[in-house]
Amino acid sequence: MEKVSSKLAAKLKESEEFNAQACYHCGTCTALCPLGYKIVPRKLFREVMLGLEDKVKESIPEIYSCLLCRMCEEYCPAEVHIAENIRYLRKYINEEVFELL
Amino acid sequence: MPLPIGPVLGILSDNLRIRGSVLPLSRSEATGWARGLDIPRGGNTVLYTGLMYQLIPAIDALASQMARFEDSTIARLFGLGRVANKFINLSFFMALTASKEMKQENNQVLRNIAEMLKKAGVEFGYLYKQELYSGALVYDEGMDESFSVHARRVVNVFRENGVRCVITVDPHTTSILRDVYPEFVQDFDIDVKNYMEVLAEKNLPVMHEQNKELVIHDSCVYARYEGMIKQPRSLLANAGITVKGLELSGRSTHCCGGPIESLFPSKAHEIAANRVGQLKEKGEDIVTMCPICQVNLRKAAAGSCHISDISNTFAKAYLS
Repeated sequence: MEKVSSKLAAKLKESEEFNAQACYHCGTCTALCPLGYKIVPRKLFREVMLGLEDKVKESIPEIYSCLLCRMCEEYCPAEVHIAENIRYLRKYINEEVFELL
Repeated sequence: MPLPIGPVLGILSDNLRIRGSVLPLSRSEATGWARGLDIPRGGNTVLYTGLMYQLIPAIDALASQMARFEDSTIARLFGLGRVANKFINLSFFMALTASKEMKQENNQVLRNIAEMLKKAGVEFGYLYKQELYSGALVYDEGMDESFSVHARRVVNVFRENGVRCVITVDPHTTSILRDVYPEFVQDFDIDVKNYMEVLAEKNLPVMHEQNKELVIHDSCVYARYEGMIKQPRSLLANAGITVKGLELSGRSTHCCGGPIESLFPSKAHEIAANRVGQLKEKGEDIVTMCPICQVNLRKAAAGSCHISDISNTFAKAYLS
């Protein structure tokens, strides 16, 4: 049973920066990622949109090791702003998990 | 095991807030490159280094020190380190081993750029000790609060000095000023140009035709964030230099790994090694356009090829 975080979901609704709704899980991003991660970004974005905060926290190393190089974004057929989404998640984790100002 | 993310980011953010830079840099290290160039102070247009080339030797030294802790239990003490760093500048001591050769080489890059701009007839000044770091790293890591305060501080310095246009020298500073500052600083109205854009427009005369071939490692930020691909190539082509074809170049360039060097040194090294392999397949004379790319690729290449900043190639062709 997964716990849904209403806080994460509410923050996403407020945000103009997070735009993963257009993703249709084609896997182009995963194939191109220089890090070769299986999870980032499509599975991660689905977890975020579902408000699965604990799952998102499990992906903290992947979120912070993203290079923000935009190789994935260059070929994304749905034009998802992947790097900016990752940066948005960092901002969320910095505030809510690491309590950084 | 990565380094502890929260405390490391906290130290960088604290340094920016308390000390105005992610890592310490003395006044002479920041401005020493301009000695003897007679660049006027301030002015309508300034060469804004954003301190990236000057900071890289310290960042590299710090990253090398931190890489030793990557799989160590000492990494657990980084939380305490963050508390201590607020009072004693610990990162200063960790960066003391910065390479003198790298400092000299990076200073030369800035001198090359300033001298080429002068030769092209561009009138510009420099803010000397008033110049601040742009905050790019803190923004990339999602520390928007610290970044926002710092960006306003940087723009205030520009405004107090009557600056209307800045000429940037590296991809990260170019992108952060051009694309991000307008979102964070109200009424941001400063024109941001990169030195290669300026030089490409000016049709600088060639002094020494080069007649050689080299391989370009495009910066992800120049190529994909800024769409800046033509300008370096046209400056090289005018100087008689042939750029060897490379599949992963231009908008499809491959990252050097540098952006994660401070948190995930081993992964950064793997990515850099992959990239060096791709570049070396095409040739052993390689140019970079970003100080982060240069330092990371060089470490992975371990002397197996020649990697140099593109401004050094321009200087040989365009300066007498």
